Amino acid sequence: MEDIIINNLDYPVLTVSTFLPLAGALIILFLKRGPFIKWFALATTVATFIVSLPIYKHFDKTTYKMQFVEIHSWIPAWNINYKVGVDGISILFIILVTILSILCVSVSWKAIQIKTKEFYISLLIMETAMIGIFLSLNVFLFYLFWELTLIPMFLLIGVWGGSQRIYAAVKFVLFMLAGSVLMLVGIIVLYYAGGKTFDILELAKVHYPTELQLWLFLAFFAAFAVKMPMFPIHTWLPDAHTEAPTAGSVILAGVLLKMGAYGFLRISFPMFPHAVKVLFIPLLILSVIAIIYGAYVTLMQKDMKRLIAYSSVSHMGFVTLGLFTLNQNGIEGGMLQMINHGVITGALFLCIGMIYERTHSRMIEDYGGLSKSVPVYIVFFTIFTLAAIGLPGMNAFVGEFLIISGAFKANMIIAAFSILGVVLGVCYMVWLYYRIALNEINTTTQASLFDLDSREIATLIPLVVLVLLIGLQPNILLSYMHVSVEHLLEQVHNSVQLESINAYDTINSIAGYIKALFKWV
Amino acid sequence: METIVSIKPLLAVLVSTVSAFFIIATRKNPNFREAWSIFAGVLKLVIVLSMIPAVVYDKTIISYSLFTILPGIEIGFKVDAFGLLFAMGASILWIATSFYSIGYMRSTNEHSQTRYFACFAVALSATIGVAFSANLFTMFLFYEVLTIITYPLVAHKGTPEAKAGGRKYAIYLLGAAKAFLIAAIILTYNLTGTLEFSKDGIFPAIVQSVNPELLYIIFVLFLFGFAKSAIMPFHSWLPAAMVAPTPVSALLHAVAVVKTGVFTILRIIFFVFGADLMMDIGVDVFVITFASLTIIAASLIALSRDNLKARLAFSTISQLSYIILGAALLTPSGMVGGIIHITNHAFSKITLFFCAGSIYVSSHKTKVSQLSGIGKKMPWTMAAFAIATLSMIGIPPVSGFITKWYLVIGSLERHSLAVLIVLLVSSFLNAAYFIPILYRAFFKRENSNTEPIDSNDDGNPKENPFLVVPLTLTAIISVLLGLYPDFIVQLAEMVIN
Repeated sequence: MEDIIINNLDYPVLTVSTFLPLAGALIILFLKRGPFIKWFALATTVATFIVSLPIYKHFDKTTYKMQFVEIHSWIPAWNINYKVGVDGISILFIILVTILSILCVSVSWKAIQIKTKEFYISLLIMETAMIGIFLSLNVFLFYLFWELTLIPMFLLIGVWGGSQRIYAAVKFVLFMLAGSVLMLVGIIVLYYAGGKTFDILELAKVHYPTELQLWLFLAFFAAFAVKMPMFPIHTWLPDAHTEAPTAGSVILAGVLLKMGAYGFLRISFPMFPHAVKVLFIPLLILSVIAIIYGAYVTLMQKDMKRLIAYSSVSHMGFVTLGLFTLNQNGIEGGMLQMINHGVITGALFLCIGMIYERTHSRMIEDYGGLSKSVPVYIVFFTIFTLAAIGLPGMNAFVGEFLIISGAFKANMIIAAFSILGVVLGVCYMVWLYYRIALNEINTTTQASLFDLDSREIATLIPLVVLVLLIGLQPNILLSYMHVSVEHLLEQVHNSVQLESINAYDTINSIAGYIKALFKWV
Repeated sequence: METIVSIKPLLAVLVSTVSAFFIIATRKNPNFREAWSIFAGVLKLVIVLSMIPAVVYDKTIISYSLFTILPGIEIGFKVDAFGLLFAMGASILWIATSFYSIGYMRSTNEHSQTRYFACFAVALSATIGVAFSANLFTMFLFYEVLTIITYPLVAHKGTPEAKAGGRKYAIYLLGAAKAFLIAAIILTYNLTGTLEFSKDGIFPAIVQSVNPELLYIIFVLFLFGFAKSAIMPFHSWLPAAMVAPTPVSALLHAVAVVKTGVFTILRIIFFVFGADLMMDIGVDVFVITFASLTIIAASLIALSRDNLKARLAFSTISQLSYIILGAALLTPSGMVGGIIHITNHAFSKITLFFCAGSIYVSSHKTKVSQLSGIGKKMPWTMAAFAIATLSMIGIPPVSGFITKWYLVIGSLERHSLAVLIVLLVSSFLNAAYFIPILYRAFFKRENSNTEPIDSNDDGNPKENPFLVVPLTLTAIISVLLGLYPDFIVQLAEMVIN
């Protein structure tokens, strides 16, 4: 096969990285309850990080081909293989997952007091599912891992969450299921239309009729857009983020939201290029609405965690804005911004989790003058705030720069509106910072506040390093993407167009189907 | 022009940031702590001055690059005549301000002096960083750092009024930068593929012919985005920032911060767009119009202000627009006039602020109407004030005259009667709001019925030598710059040729 490079290391590196956390979870299942469990969980996540390191070392940046590929026959009757591989688009998510998982264990050290065994099992299963999604080269396998994330996340929110945890967990699962059911339909249709295969690379080579592309795009869009989340189906996110324990929020913000964007890049763009080209202006508009509306709602929040949660809506708007510009700068910026958002929002959730553990309040009004009472904490919080508002030299600036650069190439007016989102982004972050760090000291929470201990500092320092490293040397990450993104854009722009179609025809045709549907009802 | 690679620009930038750590480390011992400021200031000045021979006499450019962020975007330093001119002024005045700060902060018993001196040191790093930036990205980076690090200085007093002033400061500067600059920089990058400054501009000819309107918009975004230049209508952060302690107003809001604003705009005019392109797309008229309106309007507002620092603030707004106006005239003399005013105005205006602070420390007077007869009690202060005032109005032999001279010639070279009228009317207005202060200080008898300002006011203020020495020196330098303008003018001519 020409478009894959079979794994040439001594051991199946991708499979080991994927299933090592699951193996750890199984062992924990048989361990006795006690403090040993969290050490074991920590060791498992660190080991996963270490076994995945050869991927970056031996990765060939000069090719778009899938690397370290492993193929094993699984269900021959349906032509389903176990096929995993990594390319420039997925590789960075792997490191994001493995790093954030270590931090998630570390931050839960004291915060999780009940059912610790079950907690770490859920966390480790979650890690396997997340790595699996980014490595799958088979739609069936992809779907399997996609659904596998639901159960541990449901438990993380529903068992260890805040006061509204049941509501949030159920809402989360209902939204996700609604989306993924449509994706399942899409996968089955794809299987027949694409010559009875589930292989992602094979399916991307087929030229589907444009109208079929539109329908398939919308089916997958349902799943991906809910995950992202795109406006107007974002409403599960603030509840889930706010109610989840800190580790859950970090995973949600850091990785789960990116699965949608990854789906667009891995499935929608290569398989349905015409649909994307027809719909990209409406999608850009939706993205800008998410950016501005998300930022505007963020301004109103009184609960810190909810504030950061809503800011994710705005940030993910930037990501989709970048992706749907359909040019090199935009897509690379969008991908980089996903990593950045994982780092910064993850860090902010960790910060908020740390003071929540002390005072058990997330309300902004309960804090004030933290710069005087907890100076070390505020040093970290300042760095992450500055990173979040896109100070040049820090990571978010590079991502925003590339995205807006791409947006200006795609559409001037939409790009101009996205600038408004940047300004609002400064407003809500600086205002939050002003209220909790600089205002008068609040006496209600003052008594229970104490500064960070060394475990907490050790949790935050890797993120500070990432913020500065990506800000000053983004090429470390971007160099992995270049060739793969170029190849992706070739697939989108050079695909053979079977019939010409434009946005108006699309809307007419969809309207026609809806009318027919009502007649039939 | 030749380029030599040297780490000196980076050292010049970093030396004061490094000193900030020592300042924090020695916070227990104030004398030791302040010594670091002075030491770093002298070291910085020495490094900056050591680059003069290479840049001015050998006509080379010193460059040093650190990181490449994206293709065409890097963090890099380049020292040319323009940057050197600005850096020299800022680093000389930092030393003066350090001495002055010691006197001011101790005699007013300010709190959080460690934070004050540390932030001040980092602010200077950012200022020199702007001066030595090799490209728009680096300049923008240091510009933003300067905004953030000066916020604690503006809101230093911690009173509700100081916080409100600080808030306005941050909102205007950060907001304008985000709203306008990001778009301008990204559009520039999209059109040119680079952000590196270059003589005669970076826009390729093809862009100029295809899309002149877009270039016009980009320039306007730059002009208002760099809100530190306080061009109207984005000026009102400056009077609000006057709540800061006076040394902050002196160095930052008369020299470092606002000059960073005009410096960046001049960089855009000369090194991103280039004089020819400015003329071709006709944006120079736009700039001249706004600068002229700012000059006149700010002068008129200054007339109505009784608070001395507020009057000086509006005077600053008006004088900054002289610099922009001169550059936008795009004639040789006009551009020279604009560039040399960066230095001339710096030394004169810092003298005025130093005087305002000296008056406040000695007598706790803040209003013009309280100054009757103060000239006799504080002779050194008010003599320096008088000299700086003459410079502001443009009377020889003080440095401001040289600026006005070049600006007037520049307006004649452009055959622009309107600009000439603006210059003449504004000179008259400058006199109208400054001369009454001098008249009151020297010739008006103190009204014996006035209430004492507060318990410290025994009606017989004494001048503090820590404050008087720096302000006398800066006043003398103002005169020297007027008598021997050759060096500055030579540097300015190197910039435009």
